[in-house]
Amino acid sequence: MVKDLSVDLCGIRLQNPVVPASGTFGFGLELADSMDLNVLGGISLKGTTREARYGNPTPRIAECDGGMINSVGLQNPGIDALVNEKVPALRNSYNGCVIANISGFSLDEYQECCAKADACEGIDIVEVNISCPNVHNGGMAFGTDPASAAEVTKAVKEVCRKPVFIKLSPNVTDIVAIARACEDAGADGLTLVNTFLGMRIDIARRKPVIANEMGGYSGRAIFPVALRMVYQVAHACVIPVMGCGGVASARDVIEMMMAGATAVQVGAENLRNPFACPEIIAELPALMQELGIDTLQEIIGTV
Amino acid sequence: MIKTHYTIVENTPIAPKTFKLVLSGEGVVEGEFVNIGIPGYYLRRPLSVCDKEEGQFTVIYKVVGEGTKVLSEMPAGASLEVLTGLGRGFDPDACQEEALLVGGGLGVPPLFLLAKELKARGKKVTAVLGFNRADEIILASEFRNLCDEVMVSTVDGSVGVKGFVTDALKVLKPTYDYFYTCGPMVMMKAVCAALKKRGEASLEERMGCGAGFCYGCSIQTKKGPRRVCKDGPVFKKEELIW
Repeated sequence: MVKDLSVDLCGIRLQNPVVPASGTFGFGLELADSMDLNVLGGISLKGTTREARYGNPTPRIAECDGGMINSVGLQNPGIDALVNEKVPALRNSYNGCVIANISGFSLDEYQECCAKADACEGIDIVEVNISCPNVHNGGMAFGTDPASAAEVTKAVKEVCRKPVFIKLSPNVTDIVAIARACEDAGADGLTLVNTFLGMRIDIARRKPVIANEMGGYSGRAIFPVALRMVYQVAHACVIPVMGCGGVASARDVIEMMMAGATAVQVGAENLRNPFACPEIIAELPALMQELGIDTLQEIIGTV
Repeated sequence: MIKTHYTIVENTPIAPKTFKLVLSGEGVVEGEFVNIGIPGYYLRRPLSVCDKEEGQFTVIYKVVGEGTKVLSEMPAGASLEVLTGLGRGFDPDACQEEALLVGGGLGVPPLFLLAKELKARGKKVTAVLGFNRADEIILASEFRNLCDEVMVSTVDGSVGVKGFVTDALKVLKPTYDYFYTCGPMVMMKAVCAALKKRGEASLEERMGCGAGFCYGCSIQTKKGPRRVCKDGPVFKKEELIW
């Protein structure tokens, strides 16, 4: 029997639930020469701010057991370049679900960027990052307090008619409280989790490996923690969840979906294997067969 | 970029902690560097191609941490998963007639492939190769067999000119119309300052994906932010901000 991998995400049909996570797949175009992007259920584009940003000094990357730390610091060409250049160019080689990922340092900035993403024809979903651990005076600050998270959600929903997903930080005491605050403020969905604040020290140099001292830890090692958070949030909220964190195989995708994720983002794994997403998608039908699953949609939140 | 498996033909030390790795697989490897997966380690190790021919290529690496140590212990016959087709390399056509190659330490190997390409184009090639000590000298005889003139410098003076490559350049006073350099950043900065003509440098930066989509290895240039892995690793002297 032909397997149905498609899922419904806020009324948008994804041909499969696999989405490269923001920051781990550039603006999609960087990989268009190396693979057929059209196999991807969606693409979450690199985090974008109002103005162009260079980001943090290098080294921005530190290897860890089972993962890595990054501190790129939201390098991006700015929202105007995203909507005028990056998205139209991507649309020449991709017709799946395009997710713009927006970061900001103020409510005004979030609003302005989301309004521009809303007006951009090639964008289907707006993912609002309130969880970047790598920038000061912004990013994660909005995502670690329920009232601030609700404030950003409300502000963005005022200017954006497209589905708005709020991307949550795991660096909080109670992620369910933040998730509920976003849902109550009108979020259409939630993406979780962003990276865990981490650090490595070069013991020979007696200095942090990362120039910015700390960064976001992600990779296979965080999968059980991310899965737990997806499970908790999906059971506490009605709106759909994109599960993210340490996903590296078709089995992980199924596990995330059983925990409650409607779509599943693959992040750091793309950096070690740029072909991770197409490989996972290709493996899903056989795994569904093995598990007696005909349609993926039906397993969402079944645990 | 493609992902493929290569078989280890040779993985032998050629200097202290420095190994020559010869890999065999199908076709001629593309790109300036390859990104090699090491079993048990999360990120790949980007290594410049030192030499290549149909069905085989060579990289030279130094054991600097646990990952490269594991790599150094892998036997001939073992398989490695490698990403190829990465990086924008040296431009051998930027040189009119006389090329000057200035390499330091582990920056010497990628200049070897360049020297071959320059000689294939009929250029005169002068190479200045700098090392810390006599026992760290690599590829000197290979360069001598290939190039028109080769000068070696060592920091301790055990072989060749005593001092840095910039000291060797003062002694040699080479004629050239275009230079190529690869080595430690401080060396390349000094080389770019000392050499008044046009040239290009191959930079090194800690990488994430190695293929231009994670933005982990960005640098600021006079033309704006650039990714070392994708827009480089080779950049024109005039673009670089040291």
